[in-house]
Amino acid sequence: MAKKIGHGLIIAVLILFAVIIFLPLIWMVLTGFKTNKELFLEPWKLPEVWQWRNYLDAWNAGIGTFFKNSVIITLGSTVFSTLLACFAAYPISRIKFTTKKLWVIIILGGLMLAPQSAVISLFKMAKVIGLYDSYLGMMIITGAFRIPFATFLIMTFYKDISVSLDESAFIDGAKTRQVFWKIIMPLSKPIIASCAIVSFRAVWNELMFANVLLESTAKKTIPVGLVNLQGTTTTNWTMLMSGMVIASVPLIIIFLILQKQFIRGLTAGGVKG
Amino acid sequence: MNRKGSKKTAFIYLAPAMAVILVFLYLPIILNFMNSLYKWGAMSTEVTFVGGKYYQQLLEDETIRVALKNNLVFAVVSVACQIGLSLVIAAVLESRFLRKWQSVLRTIYFIPSLLMVTVTGIAFKMLYSPSIGLINPFLEKLGIDTSGIDILGNAGSAIFGVAAASQWQYIGYTVVLFIVAMQSISEDIYEAAEIDGADAIQRFFRITVPMMKDTIMINMIIVVTGAVRVYDEVYVMTNGGPGRATQTLATYLYQVGFKNDQMGYASAIAFFVFIVTFILGLFQMKGYDLGDD
Repeated sequence: MAKKIGHGLIIAVLILFAVIIFLPLIWMVLTGFKTNKELFLEPWKLPEVWQWRNYLDAWNAGIGTFFKNSVIITLGSTVFSTLLACFAAYPISRIKFTTKKLWVIIILGGLMLAPQSAVISLFKMAKVIGLYDSYLGMMIITGAFRIPFATFLIMTFYKDISVSLDESAFIDGAKTRQVFWKIIMPLSKPIIASCAIVSFRAVWNELMFANVLLESTAKKTIPVGLVNLQGTTTTNWTMLMSGMVIASVPLIIIFLILQKQFIRGLTAGGVKG
Repeated sequence: MNRKGSKKTAFIYLAPAMAVILVFLYLPIILNFMNSLYKWGAMSTEVTFVGGKYYQQLLEDETIRVALKNNLVFAVVSVACQIGLSLVIAAVLESRFLRKWQSVLRTIYFIPSLLMVTVTGIAFKMLYSPSIGLINPFLEKLGIDTSGIDILGNAGSAIFGVAAASQWQYIGYTVVLFIVAMQSISEDIYEAAEIDGADAIQRFFRITVPMMKDTIMINMIIVVTGAVRVYDEVYVMTNGGPGRATQTLATYLYQVGFKNDQMGYASAIAFFVFIVTFILGLFQMKGYDLGDD
């Protein structure tokens, strides 16, 4: 009996915690459908009339453009970093050669380098080599910071693919290139998906580089765009909320569809054993 | 396999990633150190060599002390919540009587970590606001006088308000991570302990925690490193204010460099951030199994 009560209590606490987590989310979504007047007077009531217009207004107030920019930059950066990581992980997990340890240290050492300590140099470099205020610059620089972790993730996976697969292919006269594209890559689809999702999340949410490396409003990404919309003197709060919901939807959809790959990718760097 | 020309093949596959990493990750750190020895700005063409002057300035700068304190607050709060509390929640969710609730609860807990820090930041800024927010009216319902409460507006409470929003966002993330780690602990050990009469709390401290030692260590380092790097939360919610009360190393270097255009001094701060995160990173690396063949 005491045990039953104890269990009930624990469940109640966990549900309360879930409510604390969930309330701000619901409030955000509801507010996105209200008028500004309703926000101030009746924060918890359902909107009198669901203001779908807010979404259209937010989209037209710049979120549409920022969304497009975010999609371009995030996709570019994800493809770029994942592909390079797939290449780099191949020799360090499946080919024996003398200087390997050095290269592994250089790649994984990149995990220790904080973007915050490189941002000023990268700003200066970007200006000199023409990557400032450009999609390409954002793709390469945000992508570069994804490569160490992506390589780590893919390398661990490649190591578990049986070596005899490569060996029998080589005996049949296959080239390394064929082994890589025809055997290793198809087998690695699950980890490539995980890896791409993790990078997508990181770049989609990235604020600092976007803030520093992009100048023209027409090229800015959603995180920077939202901060700017918030900074305008007559902030239209409910419209801003709709913009925030729009910004959050892509990742939540990806998560709900690809939950398994998502969790594997996110936990791979933090779980040992 | 020891095939002819395997070294050359290896380099062909490594070269693109290597080039990008060396140019965009390592080179900036070296350049950053050189930049910190000069007085320069993005708006001016004047460049003067000042040597170690900015490092001297760093030691005497009051704002650096404020920033360090705030980074420390962030680290302590984050470790308590995202390691301590998350570990307990994960262990509870893994108990048998909760198995059928687990997937719903952990999905709910996890969702905030999918949001942009920008979104979380703006949302909490609004929630905290005395005029349009919900926190103050709620406290009033509990009978607390809120006339003096402006969480982000008061220098004393602002950093805690920012840190709290960050915990709301990331606790669920480490809960899921710890659950994944716990699932690899063999069920037999728990059953044996149960037969020997160990209760849930004993099982947590005697089995779960020791078995997860490495995972806990790695994540502690990741969380602390994140606290040293923290930028987005503060930039969005308070921009370092009121005054300089919530300035962190990263937001301060941003302000010094990009707002005050003292790029040399900002580079010195950036180099300091590099040293701290690099040392933390070395510990993190030790935790990974990098077995290279």
